[in-house]
This record gives sequence, structure tokens and C-alpha cells, in this order.
Amino acid sequence: MAGVAGGGGVGGSNDFQWCFSQVKGAIDEDVAEADIISTVEFNYSGDLLATGDKGGRVVIFQREQENKSRPHSRGEYNVYSTFQSHEPEFDYLKSLEIEEKINKIRWLPQQNAAHFLLSTNDKTIKLWKISERDKRAEGYNLKDEDGRLRDPFRITALRVPILKPMDLMVEASPRRIFANAHTYHINSISVNSDHETYLSADDLRINLWHLEITDRSFNIVDIKPANMEELTEVITAAEFHPHHCNVFVYSSSKGTIRLCDMRSSALCDRHSKFFEEPEDPSSRSFFSEIISSISDVKFSHSGRYMMTRDYLSVKVWDLNMENRPVETYQVHEYLRSKLCSLYENDCIFDKFECCWNGSDSAIMTGSYNNFFRMFDRNTRRDVTLEASRESSKPRAMLKPRKVCTGGKRKKDEISVDSLDFNKKILHTAWHPMENIIAVAATNNLYIFQDKIN
Amino acid sequence: MAAPLGTGARARETGHEKQDMQEKDPITPERAEELKLKAKYPSLGQKPGGSDFLMKRLQKGYFDSGDYNMAKAKMKNKQLPSTGPDKNLVTGDHIPTPQDLPQRKSSLVTSKLAGGTHGQV
Repeated sequence: MAGVAGGGGVGGSNDFQWCFSQVKGAIDEDVAEADIISTVEFNYSGDLLATGDKGGRVVIFQREQENKSRPHSRGEYNVYSTFQSHEPEFDYLKSLEIEEKINKIRWLPQQNAAHFLLSTNDKTIKLWKISERDKRAEGYNLKDEDGRLRDPFRITALRVPILKPMDLMVEASPRRIFANAHTYHINSISVNSDHETYLSADDLRINLWHLEITDRSFNIVDIKPANMEELTEVITAAEFHPHHCNVFVYSSSKGTIRLCDMRSSALCDRHSKFFEEPEDPSSRSFFSEIISSISDVKFSHSGRYMMTRDYLSVKVWDLNMENRPVETYQVHEYLRSKLCSLYENDCIFDKFECCWNGSDSAIMTGSYNNFFRMFDRNTRRDVTLEASRESSKPRAMLKPRKVCTGGKRKKDEISVDSLDFNKKILHTAWHPMENIIAVAATNNLYIFQDKIN
Repeated sequence: MAAPLGTGARARETGHEKQDMQEKDPITPERAEELKLKAKYPSLGQKPGGSDFLMKRLQKGYFDSGDYNMAKAKMKNKQLPSTGPDKNLVTGDHIPTPQDLPQRKSSLVTSKLAGGTHGQV
């Protein structure tokens, strides 16, 4: 539906006027592989923003409280905590490497002063607790101020230790390690609305866990065929419904989505709903199946819709209609005539994610050349923006970008052949309530805010 | 979803494609790209979504841990910001010696997103 046309007006869809806010990460030309950001996620309040990278590290940013004495800081995100979540391993039994790359981070809803998140690599999920310490006890009886033990026989008086304030320290500790449940590579984790369970999905199986129990998980989907030669599709993403704790969906490499109800049976190999858009057989090609593979699936906040991302488009599905999506947005249709080279350089296998804004009125997804796209579902306007150092002046408004598909290239347009396919925006996140977005461009994290915000 | 042909693809048409593209069955951009690919790699299998393709996705094996470490050393020398191990990587071509293996990381490096003021805004 929406084409490559730029949005109306100055800023883009729905009168958003996106401005540069911050950029994190080094400027070097030589990007170390470990620094490539592999996941970005806001927590439920939007006050915390977590990133995971290929080096297995997690960095959490916290939004500063708005402050009269520093009016320009306007809720900036600064480093709150950082830790090494996963380390590289070698599976000696199978002679396979296990990368430390963080595939996904999902926050748990906050229940007390501490924050909890789940982070996963290909094989192991970990529950991390991030807590603050701003007080320290002083005046121990058995220890000196510098920690040395005192000789108990020389102590003649008793005193009560008192709590004294100290510089804020944020500590991250692994509270649970959920291991050895996945033979294949984990692509998704999703926390259930019951706040007690979560699912993890790999290429062929989905497991259900209880957050307190690490030595057991229930297999709820298994699509592994008895004979691997008969394998025709893999699971690409999975997510729990935001309100119905018995419902989850999973997408496949063939472009289909299955909705499952855990009340109907213990093993959800039979779906309750099957979503697939009918294909026009005359347009079928060698690439059809590859580009139909769904790389991400996300429920809307309302729980009434879900969105899927395949190589060239984003589709919005109404859960009550299985035979076709209700909305289709073209992300970069001009790549359809470049599929041969995109297959040769493996870009055709890139897995782009997508996200909803807080009110489900807009959706966002990434593209190449550090471009990302936003679609307004109400006005049907769309805009292409760029995450670049050149447009990174404080509060500078982002200019809509346009890709020229043929014929004469206008002044500010970029031609398809000039796009940099190494600059991919695979991961983006939208603040749950406000118009603040986080965009991961390789090793840099950009934060943009809406001016009116 | 028919669309006009790009300029290069006409030359690579094979016999079974229809000649009058403007009329009944115009070749879609996707089919044109497919013909380009088949011209470059004539031995490419018919079913890209078939089990061979998926099997490759599922497992990337090494002979043993020495093999794995040699492959890592090779990748370090390539300096590509690529997203994964080289699919065409050949391992096991010679017995590894200690000099070939990558140096063990002596300390964990903090993410550049968290450290330093260079580049941070």
C-alpha cells in the first residue's frame, strides 16, 4: 500500500517531528565485531533502555529525571549499568561453537525496587537482577572500618552499626540460569502476562519455563520431523499474547503464523489459528519463499493485532482474520529487482525487527544505508529517516530521505545502487508511552525524540 | 504484481520464457533476478526452501576444538564486520600449532556504549 513516497509536511508521519537526541558508541571506522548491537529493548516504564551486543555484553541506560536546573537534558539516557551476560563457549560433545551474542533481551515487569531482565544467546537464557545500593553499614563490632577482622578478645564495648549514605552503586547479578533445553539456536524469548512464566523458541521447538525453576521446562511446540530430510520450515519468532496468558504465536520461514492456545492441549503442535496470505502463483520465483520468511512478530499493545516483518514488507494482521493481513506496508520495494545480488551477498537473509508505538497508531522498522521507516496506520503516511553522525546535532530535526528507483535522480535522493548494504538497521525500539525511539546502527545507538514531546 | 523489465534481463531469457512480455506473461522483477542468478550458478538447486538450505542454517559444525580455534584465527585476520562465520570457511587444512591460535582475551573489555566520552552525546 504505502509506497516509497515521503510523508507529507516537514517531519513525516502523523506530524511527528523527529529530532536527534543522543548517540552512544564509538565513531571509529573499524568496527569490532563484539561491538555490534544485537538487541534493543525499553522496559515497561520506558525509564530503562537495554542493549545487548555480539560480545555478550549488556548495557542499560536510564532516563534522567527532568531537572529545572538543566532544562536541556529533557530526559536524556545515561549509562546505568553494564555487565557481561554471556561468554563464548565450545560444545565439546558436538564440536559446535556457542556464540556469546545476545539474541534477545526482555524485561520483567517491575515488582520491587530491583529490575529484572532475561537475556539469551543461542543456547542459554539468564535472569539478571539489577539493583541499587546507596547505603552502607558502618561501625561493625567485629570488623575495622577497612574490613580487617578485629580480635574478638580485645573488644570491650558493643555498638550498633549505622547505615550511612554512599555513592550510588548499581549491581547486576545472575539470579537464574536456564540452560540445556535447546538443541537449536534460540531466536526468541517472551515473558507471559502472568509474570510467572516465559517461553523460549529455537528453530524447531518452543519451551515454556517458570521463572523460579531452572531445572525443568515444558516443550510446547515441536516441529522437528522424524526424518530431517523432510524438514521444510523452521520457527523464526514467537511471542506471548499481551493479555491472554494461554495464547502465543510463532512465525515460520515460509511466511506463516500459527496462534496456539495452551488450554487446548499440553503440546501445541496443532494450531488454533493459521495465518497465511495467499500467494499469486504467477509471481512465484526462486526467491519467493526466502523473502516471505518472517523475521519478527509482535503483538500490538491492545492485543487485537499482530505485526510481522518479512524481507520487503511489514504486515498487520487482525487476530480474527486468518486469510490475509489487514494492512501491508512496503519497506523497500526497490530491492525486489536486486534480489540476485542480495542473495549473493547474503543480505537476503538479514533479519529485520519491527515495533509498535505505545498507542499502536504507528509502526517502525529498519532498512539499509542506516535508513529506518515509519508508517502511520491512520493517515497511511510513511517516512524514511536516517541514523547518521551528519544529522547528529543536538535537537536537529531529521530530514526525510528518499530513494530514487529509476530515471533521473533528484538532488537529495539516493539511488538504489549507492545504498550501503553493510549499514543495516535490524533493531529498533519505541518507548512504551512517549515518542522516543532507539535505533541501533551497527555499533552505535541513536536516540531520537519527537519535538512536540 | 507485474512490473516492467529491467534493461539487462532480456538478454538472459531462456527458451521457455514467453517472447511477448508486454502482453500475457510479463516477467516480474523477481523472475528476472532469478534468471540472473541461474545464469551465474547453473547448478543451483530448484528448491531453496528445501531441507539442504535449512540444514545449513541449523548446524555449523567443526571437527574438534582445535579446528574451531583455527577457524576463529582465520576470521580475525579477515577483519570483516560480518554477522557470522564465513560459510565457505575451510577448516582442517593443517594441524594447528600454538602460534596459529588466537591469543586468549586477558581481560573483559567494557562495551564502548558504556565507556568513555569519545563519540558519546
